[in-house]
Amino acid sequence: MLQSAEISAFSIALLFIILGIFFVLMGYLTAWLVSPHQPNEEKQTIYECGEDPIGNAWGQINSKFYIVALLFILFDIEIILLFPWAIIFADKSLYQATQGLWGWITLLEVIVFLFVLALGLVYAWAKGVLEWEKPQPKNSDFQPIVPKKLYEKINEL
Amino acid sequence: MWISALILLPFLIVFGLAAVYAERKVAGFVQDRLGPSEVGKYGLLQTIADILKLIQKEIIIPKGVDAFLFRLAPIIVFTSVFAGFAILPLSPMLMGAGLTTGIFYALAIISLDIVGLLMAGWASNNKYSILGALRAVAQIISYEIPIGLVVLSVVIISQSLDLQTINYQQGIHIASLIGGESEKNFLFGIAATGIETTQIGGFLTWNVFRMPFLWVGFIIFFIATLAESNRAPFDIPEAESELIGGFHTEYSGMLFAIFMLAEYGMMLLSAFLAAILFFGGWNTPLPNIGNISLATWTSGAPNTIYGEITGFFWLLCKVFLIIFLQMWVRWTYPRLRADHLFYLCWKVLVPFSLVLILLSSVWKLWSF
Repeated sequence: MLQSAEISAFSIALLFIILGIFFVLMGYLTAWLVSPHQPNEEKQTIYECGEDPIGNAWGQINSKFYIVALLFILFDIEIILLFPWAIIFADKSLYQATQGLWGWITLLEVIVFLFVLALGLVYAWAKGVLEWEKPQPKNSDFQPIVPKKLYEKINEL
Repeated sequence: MWISALILLPFLIVFGLAAVYAERKVAGFVQDRLGPSEVGKYGLLQTIADILKLIQKEIIIPKGVDAFLFRLAPIIVFTSVFAGFAILPLSPMLMGAGLTTGIFYALAIISLDIVGLLMAGWASNNKYSILGALRAVAQIISYEIPIGLVVLSVVIISQSLDLQTINYQQGIHIASLIGGESEKNFLFGIAATGIETTQIGGFLTWNVFRMPFLWVGFIIFFIATLAESNRAPFDIPEAESELIGGFHTEYSGMLFAIFMLAEYGMMLLSAFLAAILFFGGWNTPLPNIGNISLATWTSGAPNTIYGEITGFFWLLCKVFLIIFLQMWVRWTYPRLRADHLFYLCWKVLVPFSLVLILLSSVWKLWSF
């Protein structure tokens, strides 16, 4: 149950959100009033190193990012589940009423929980999911027509 | 305390202006040059001139972008970062929203800026923007895991999510806390040492001294928040040499300025959180030594004017020190490569912070 004090605390958090939106909108308004509006074809081209953009950017993306997101969800839910435990497990009155059993048993449970999650991390690790594609330096098999001696001559200069 | 909203917004804006100037000066001195020196004395008015320029710049909305999402993205990014400020206790009285779920709320709402970043990159319809946004999102969500785990180990030690309670626990005013009359602090948090530090205070009651392994926690937190605010050495989302500007390539004028302010807001917020979670928040660093009660002299009791001023002063000192550290790191280390970045997060920081949780929970139970 939310206490009324807690609700009024959230109303202050809401005040921050409203103030943030208001500030940015005021910034937009000021900029809109002060800044020039002279759009032209060149200005409105999407930037691609000065060339005309080729095709559309809304295409396929590397599926690596999806796996990172999956891993994130796994661990984020873990953190959410651990927060309630973290506040209650060392509660002094509960600890003393059970001669310390309360703290150690809940800790043991969480160790089992963390162990399963660590197994998940180890699995992802062994699967190679955590490896980002590394750039592989390739040696070129190109044979220059210019003999090396000529380069040496230039280098001596 | 709704008033802290009215204090923090101007504070954030002034901080943004001052921090850009400080950043450029620090960069200048690190690289053995002067930094901004033309506008005003010592270049002090440089960022004022910059922001005036940014306001007057035309906001270019290119053809082919999703104009609505393009304008919406800066609002989401800035608002989610600013909403995170709601929980910050600036001094014993200015306790922000005073949520009992404080730090949990902050972690949740700051995560929303990922949506804004992805929106900015997607709406731009620019290949660089999409690549930058995807990198930013992958990086930020990865580094959110170590942050969450480290915050969890601080919560284990302090047994509270409320930042104001965490503040009170780390100083000599612990008795002013509701239900804190019988609370005692011991050296390194272990009652068996027999050295009670409740009335000694100072740096000895900070969380990093109540549980010394939290020094490791602070280092993990610091690295992860650098990545969270997309700052060098973790700035591959906006790596200039390969991605132009990352997700904000197409942004100009005021819209760009909002992104910039959100980035500096993120820096400030993470420095505040680090100071409160690890270094005693608004508590003084000076301990009471016998008759020389430095801690009592330099931090007034809560709910007195002297207590407010000293609390605010010490908190800001710690925050600015951490921000200086962030700037120093930025101009000292080269940018990480993408595979190093994920290696550091998933194979170093996450296992270490998992171990840290176990260590701090065992430490907490031993301290009884």
